[in-house]
Amino acid sequence: MRGKIRTRMGDGELVFMSAGEIKEDILAGTSDAACNANIPELTSDDQDRLFGILSEPTRTVSVVPGNEVIVTDDGCSMSFYSGQDGGGVGVSLSRMQAILIYERACAADTISMGHSDYSFKPVKPIINFELNDYYNTSMMTTAPFFYGAQPNMGLYFQPDGPYQNPADLLPKGNIKAAQEAQEAAAEHLRKDLVFVGKKLNSVGCEGLNFDTCGSAGDADFLAALEAAADLTEAAPNMPVIMGGSGEFVLGMHGEVSFDGKRLAGMYPHDQAKVAESAGARIYGVAVGTNTNQSLAWNIARAVTFVKKTATTAAIPIHANVGMGVGGVPMMEAPPIDSVTRASKSMVEIGKADGL
Amino acid sequence: MHMAHILTSGMGGIRTAGDLVAWMQITRKMKLDEAKKHVAGKLGLAISDLINEEVMRPIREELGIGVITSITGTAKGVRAKLKIARLLGIRINSVELFKSQIG
Repeated sequence: MRGKIRTRMGDGELVFMSAGEIKEDILAGTSDAACNANIPELTSDDQDRLFGILSEPTRTVSVVPGNEVIVTDDGCSMSFYSGQDGGGVGVSLSRMQAILIYERACAADTISMGHSDYSFKPVKPIINFELNDYYNTSMMTTAPFFYGAQPNMGLYFQPDGPYQNPADLLPKGNIKAAQEAQEAAAEHLRKDLVFVGKKLNSVGCEGLNFDTCGSAGDADFLAALEAAADLTEAAPNMPVIMGGSGEFVLGMHGEVSFDGKRLAGMYPHDQAKVAESAGARIYGVAVGTNTNQSLAWNIARAVTFVKKTATTAAIPIHANVGMGVGGVPMMEAPPIDSVTRASKSMVEIGKADGL
Repeated sequence: MHMAHILTSGMGGIRTAGDLVAWMQITRKMKLDEAKKHVAGKLGLAISDLINEEVMRPIREELGIGVITSITGTAKGVRAKLKIARLLGIRINSVELFKSQIG
């Protein structure tokens, strides 16, 4: 392995690559993002800097003092008490205990809570239980405290919900019926998001996180945008933050738009603009990790999207860097060598306002 | 994994001034540099002091805006947030509710 650099693949596999191979993958990754979204590649200086981060021989890396950013989360404290399928370590803690540990023992910049399912639909019937926990905990916390969940419009389709499933209709060529089903589901979802949001606002919610918007496609993204706009008007003291579900919005419907812009196929720099129009205070850029490509390729690609978004958006841009996004390997326990390199790259090259 | 991000890139939460900068991002949509500048200005500090525990620890106790360790009798939770809202000139939803309840 002499002369080789210790690095990873997108699935976390440990590999050793030459400097030339890593530089080639950096160029290929940034070129892929630039070509897909019609945005600039990373500059040669950026590419050199990224190579420096990736080839650093230490186990972990970190940003230069002064370059620190705000680290938000998507229910991190749930990982303290939940099980393996939630990335949890299964310690017997109440939700309030877990949140306070995350704030005070881990020194998190912001904190959050959410329902175990982490979707808005199942929150609706138990909203009073959630309000009770949120309110009691918010009296104890000092850092900004979010309630988070995913719009997850997929839960509104049969067999889980009332509307015909587009995944059944589209293969049969029933495009119009699939579009109508999505429009009905989106309106239902929007009402549920607003219902939950208004209830949380009534107990002094400090921030509502629409996490992973657009996971069921463009109509899902539309519902979240419209709900954000509704809540911005109805509850102006409750900040709404939004995060995407991938580097482009899937066109499951294909023709829905917000603020005059078609959502299908929208890349992060445009996603952030419509989120801003809807009143979102922060937008989280999500870029999927390709498990067949190297860490260098994945980080270069993700940072390219983030840099374009962070340098053109008027609102703070946070880079999503959880399991399988933002260059972080797609595995249950992402190696910290890779996590810290993705983290530093997003901040110092991607110019993210947070993670 | 969150811990890796906090140690690599985070501002330090209530250990330093991370929560204060975060409040500016979510209440005023401030980009990072603007948010840091605003907080530093309100505290009368250099931006570089915001992540310096040596500076922030005593200031947080003095201002009653919450410190990382548990000190009996000092403000934490909504009582600290009440002072944070005043310090930064922002409205915090939970604080507004609390104020309406204590008359």
